[in-house]
Amino acid sequence: MEAATALTPDQHAATASGAPTTGGLPGGSKAHSDGGWDAREKGFIPVQTRDARFRSYAAAEFPAVTGHEVNWKLTPVGRIGDLIDGELSGAPYELDAPTTTGIDVSWVDRSDARVGVVGTPEDKAAANAWGSFDKALVITVSGEDEQELVLGRSAFGAAPRAAHTIIEAKPFSNAVIVLDNSGAASLVENVEIVIGDSARLTVVTVQDFDDDARYVATHFGRVGRDARFKHVVVSLGGSVVRVNPAITLAEPGADGELLGVYFSDAGQHLEQQVFLFHEAANTKGRVNYKGALQGEGARTVWIGDVLIGANASATDSYEQNRNLVLTDGTRADSIPNLEIETGDILGAGHASATGRFDDEQLFYLRSRGISESEARRLVVRGFLAEIVQKIGFAPLEERLNSAIEAELAASVGIAGSTLGRQVDGAQR
Amino acid sequence: MSTLTIADLQVSVATDQGQKQILRGVDLTIKEGEIHAIMGPNGSGKSTLAYAIAGHPKYTVDGGSITLDGEDVLAMSVDERARAGLFLAMQYPVEIPGVTNTNFLRTAKTAIDGEAPSIRTWVKDVRESMGKLRMDSTFAERNVNEGFSGGEKKRNEILQLELLKPKFAVLDETDSGLDVDALKIVSEGVNRAHQATGLGILLITHYTRILRYISPDFVHVFVAGRVAEEGGAELAERLEEEGYDRFLTGETAAV
Ligand SMILES: Nc1ncnc2c1ncn2[C@@H]1O[C@H](COP(=O)(O)OP(=O)(O)O)[C@@H](O)[C@H]1O
Ligand SMILES: [Mg+2]
Repeated sequence: MEAATALTPDQHAATASGAPTTGGLPGGSKAHSDGGWDAREKGFIPVQTRDARFRSYAAAEFPAVTGHEVNWKLTPVGRIGDLIDGELSGAPYELDAPTTTGIDVSWVDRSDARVGVVGTPEDKAAANAWGSFDKALVITVSGEDEQELVLGRSAFGAAPRAAHTIIEAKPFSNAVIVLDNSGAASLVENVEIVIGDSARLTVVTVQDFDDDARYVATHFGRVGRDARFKHVVVSLGGSVVRVNPAITLAEPGADGELLGVYFSDAGQHLEQQVFLFHEAANTKGRVNYKGALQGEGARTVWIGDVLIGANASATDSYEQNRNLVLTDGTRADSIPNLEIETGDILGAGHASATGRFDDEQLFYLRSRGISESEARRLVVRGFLAEIVQKIGFAPLEERLNSAIEAELAASVGIAGSTLGRQVDGAQR
Repeated sequence: MSTLTIADLQVSVATDQGQKQILRGVDLTIKEGEIHAIMGPNGSGKSTLAYAIAGHPKYTVDGGSITLDGEDVLAMSVDERARAGLFLAMQYPVEIPGVTNTNFLRTAKTAIDGEAPSIRTWVKDVRESMGKLRMDSTFAERNVNEGFSGGEKKRNEILQLELLKPKFAVLDETDSGLDVDALKIVSEGVNRAHQATGLGILLITHYTRILRYISPDFVHVFVAGRVAEEGGAELAERLEEEGYDRFLTGETAAV
């Protein structure tokens, strides 16, 4: 198809950057949605292409972080200063890695040729970790049979630490890899993911850390020809958790589905800056993140950058983020950005919305005899279920459902009817 | 013998321009097994009456009473009203993303009965009711009302009516947007529930069409937030021929 297709009838004109959508209207939600972008038609001129951001392996080349930088401005940098430019231990940590045929897990030296194949740090914390790790953990998937590996990582410890992980899916391989993170942590990690031609890989990173844990991670992914990559960020526990996936659909036919689900409680900061780069033609990308917030100071940040490069003709891309605010005193930032450097795309669009419980949904359920607390549980679970169901790995889905259930058990009954009340959660 | 009594009910709604009075003193008594049709032009307050009975938070009761067998319905929460035996089939049923119809129905049944239904009979009941309403079995696993057509949503309302077995049901324009076949199927469902449980029905409608399939014992003409005229089934026939003009001009003249 020649020009971009309209995705919704009520779309509005393109801007260089999606406006941040925060808060919501009383008893409703504030939605933001665009579609049908066309570079030539709209004379689109990006301020700075997302791809052109400064990168370096050397932390010293990044200026000191002030908290005003585009990629730090919504992060509580004061709570992770030691991770951004302090000393980090680079020693290997203990792992729970069950033996799995077709999946090799081993530690390699920093000089290993696989280090640095996909990623280059875009921020000082990532560069700090890059310069600090002693050994990299390499997970290699080979063969063609479907494999599953849940890698238990609960022994990072509370002292500041750097980690480096490489996941390589050989051509035609097929696997689900879960990084199951829990326990204490003050960790900065870089994860490089290589998805070979025609491989199918799902990587799930679960952040179920202790309450005072801090975790700053960047995942760099490169998706090969006709390969399918699913990347899932699940953030539940931790004080500051920031996971930034930067995925490149590098070869024709590459398919990237980037999912996220998060539940932020009182005082928690859960952040994800997603970058999806359509570098090659005929690539398909879907970004879908959903989160719930409850309790004083519960905070979430989602920044979704999608770049459709000059060579990425016949690309199909859509990104969205939705947040459900359960109580007062929360703030959700949701910022979609879409840059398109070619006029020849199949479709591209984005949507973002942050809102309260839908009172009509609650009324409907309650009018069938279901108590208010049970109705709230159903609505929140239903809201997050869309993502959970897409993970495609049953044992994890069950676990997540019960984790969400546990989070909700704490929230139920706190928020009364929101009707007619000003939504003051999620405001700047 | 169960009775739902509405006396001098006055209801207002919060609008951007402030509180607006809609119901101006409604009196209605519905006994077990009776079918009352409420007919009136658009905007006359029919849905407001339905929502006020169900307890929708948008509507404020400024005066009057609703009692169910002497119990004060207005003092009950929305879910308490449902558990007391009231049911509202909505004009625009709500979509609930991520919640399957099966899960929803079982949760509602458990809440209404105070205990989980026995799995075997429940599964059979659901399947049978769905079959009679010509609902494909896939509707069980789909999310509540999500992506349903208008007619499918109305069938889903009647499915709930049949399974939850309330004492009184308010059906708010259940006929609107239905083609003849769907109208028959839905009406048969209502009649089944009526015969099976002695359900009392408040059938709200704009048109007389549904009254060909569900015969009312009483007809109330609703105009400008109150009952303007009452009678038997013959009143509906008169409305069919004359429309609401007679009432509307009278109303204008009175103002
Ligand atoms: N939520 C609301 N906000 C503002 N006006 C409302 C609301 N609900 C009802 N109304 C007004 O009240 C009147 C009666 O509405 P409704 O009860 O829906 O009538 P009907 O169902 O008979 O068509 C109409 O004038 C309508 O505009
Ligand atoms: Mg109505």
